[in-house]
Amino acid sequence: MSKFSKKRGKSDPAISTASLPDIIFMLLFFFMVVTVLRDAELKVKVVTPYATELTKLEEKSLVNYLYIGRPTQKFQDVYGTKPRLQLGDKFATIAEIPLFLEKHKVKIPEAKRPKITSSLRVDGEVTMGVVQDVKTELRKAGQLKVNYSAKTDPNAN
Amino acid sequence: MARTSARDRMKNEINAGSMADIAFLLLIFFLVTTTIVEDKGITVKLPPWSEEDPETQRLKERNVYAVLVNAGNELLVRGQPMRVSDLRDNAKEFIANPNGRSDYAEKPTMAIISLKNDRGTEYRTYLAVYNELKGAYNELWDELAQRKFGVPYSDDLPLAQRKAIKDEIPMVLSEAEPTNFAEGGS
Repeated sequence: MSKFSKKRGKSDPAISTASLPDIIFMLLFFFMVVTVLRDAELKVKVVTPYATELTKLEEKSLVNYLYIGRPTQKFQDVYGTKPRLQLGDKFATIAEIPLFLEKHKVKIPEAKRPKITSSLRVDGEVTMGVVQDVKTELRKAGQLKVNYSAKTDPNAN
Repeated sequence: MARTSARDRMKNEINAGSMADIAFLLLIFFLVTTTIVEDKGITVKLPPWSEEDPETQRLKERNVYAVLVNAGNELLVRGQPMRVSDLRDNAKEFIANPNGRSDYAEKPTMAIISLKNDRGTEYRTYLAVYNELKGAYNELWDELAQRKFGVPYSDDLPLAQRKAIKDEIPMVLSEAEPTNFAEGGS
């Protein structure tokens, strides 16, 4: 009897940290769920304009992104400063849009294809000419659901 | 020898202390590599493409709300210069025509908004104008929904109610091919 109690008394009574990983994992899962992996490195500068009548894009997998803006400092030596289109992670021309849309489309089950939305993330300072060309190409490709990406003005109201 | 075996019997569990570190590593990795993107915007349905020229429709002038945006980001609404901030209220009055003015739309169903811009127009201005026009319709739908059903208009309304409102005030926004006066190549 006394032998056992003595031994137990001697071993250091540490606080159990066994539940700490669980807590950290909970945090980890939270961040994994609420964040979206940035799929492409932005090669053009895009500052979307402010707007009020916004709708939220529902399913991320059904959205393809087209970026239009001036190339960032790093790429200006090669690509100049004229507004350019970026599809996926590389610069593209207007003519490459149909292939880009098709590549995205094949990954999506057929029943959901009519719901595919193109998100146009366009810099506010870009002129409408290039945007118009992209819109025309989208129309030609039959991609009619378009979302002009914008954000709410933090200074409004 | 005897002492170690006694210790073994005491702590016969795997040390899970480093598990937290591993989880932290993962957590920090995800924190760094992810960004919370604001995926919001103005949803637009583009008209289908057709090679043929569209039929020309004769419309009564009073039903057309022509908005022109030039390369200097200035607005011309039905021949009058206007500021973007005044556009929403003016468009609302045109569509609803509460005072029965003879130069405004006969009925909301007959109102057509025509938007035309230049290739040199800044995208920011274009979107602001589009936003105001959409906002005008949204406000009208809100008011109508409030009158008819006592709730503001939203996408959560039953489909039949939404359809009833859209039938009464349909959103007709026609975009003309832009002019090309000042496409600034810089």
